[in-house]
Amino acid sequence: MRKAVTGLRAWLVQRISAVYMLLFIVYVLAHFAVEPPRSYLEWRGWILSPAVSIVSVVFFTALLVHAWVGLRDVMMDYVKPLAVRVFMLALLAGGLLAMGVWAARILLSAHD
Amino acid sequence: MTNGTHRRAVFFDLLRIQMPVGALTSITHRVTGVLLALGVPFVLYVLDLSLQSPDGYVQVLALLDRWFVKAGLIVLIWSLAHHLLAGIRHLLSDIDVGSLLPSARRSAWIVNLTGIAVALLAAGALL
Repeated sequence: MRKAVTGLRAWLVQRISAVYMLLFIVYVLAHFAVEPPRSYLEWRGWILSPAVSIVSVVFFTALLVHAWVGLRDVMMDYVKPLAVRVFMLALLAGGLLAMGVWAARILLSAHD
Repeated sequence: MTNGTHRRAVFFDLLRIQMPVGALTSITHRVTGVLLALGVPFVLYVLDLSLQSPDGYVQVLALLDRWFVKAGLIVLIWSLAHHLLAGIRHLLSDIDVGSLLPSARRSAWIVNLTGIAVALLAAGALL
């Protein structure tokens, strides 16, 4: 990996992910307003349909990348000792990656 | 740097500092971002459970009926509302909409109060 997302690139990544998540949230809220799922099968059928599961995986990817940029900034502001900072950033990266794998498993491996 | 002539005033009594409204919007944007990140594993857990089996789906419905889950949900809904609105304010500011002080102060008030209003509506709907 090149020098982790910094400066302008982080700024851009944060905004692109934000706009995608905003559109996704509007879509999900609209869906729940128009036809809320009324049973397990309806819920599962909707979210695991190919289109919705894919835009959801992209959503969680955007979310985790957005969280990485944001929380990394927070840590760089408040955690000064270098060793502690590196340790916490590694912990954060590991946690976010694990959540990404988890989200992908939920949304992609359960297809029937 | 910190020698006699250039010593800066330091006044960090947080209970006595008066923050301008935009500063409140900004620090709350950060705090709500951290809260939302902490909420992600719980959302994934609930999503996973709800899709595992009809039984898991029923368990999720029961879980969402517990008072402490509702309380957590209201905090997350407030966080999301504030974070989204403060983010939109940022994006508008990027394209030079509302960057001047009077409109920036007005939009900061709108963000802070709308976030609280959404949280109250959610509380009304859930409790």
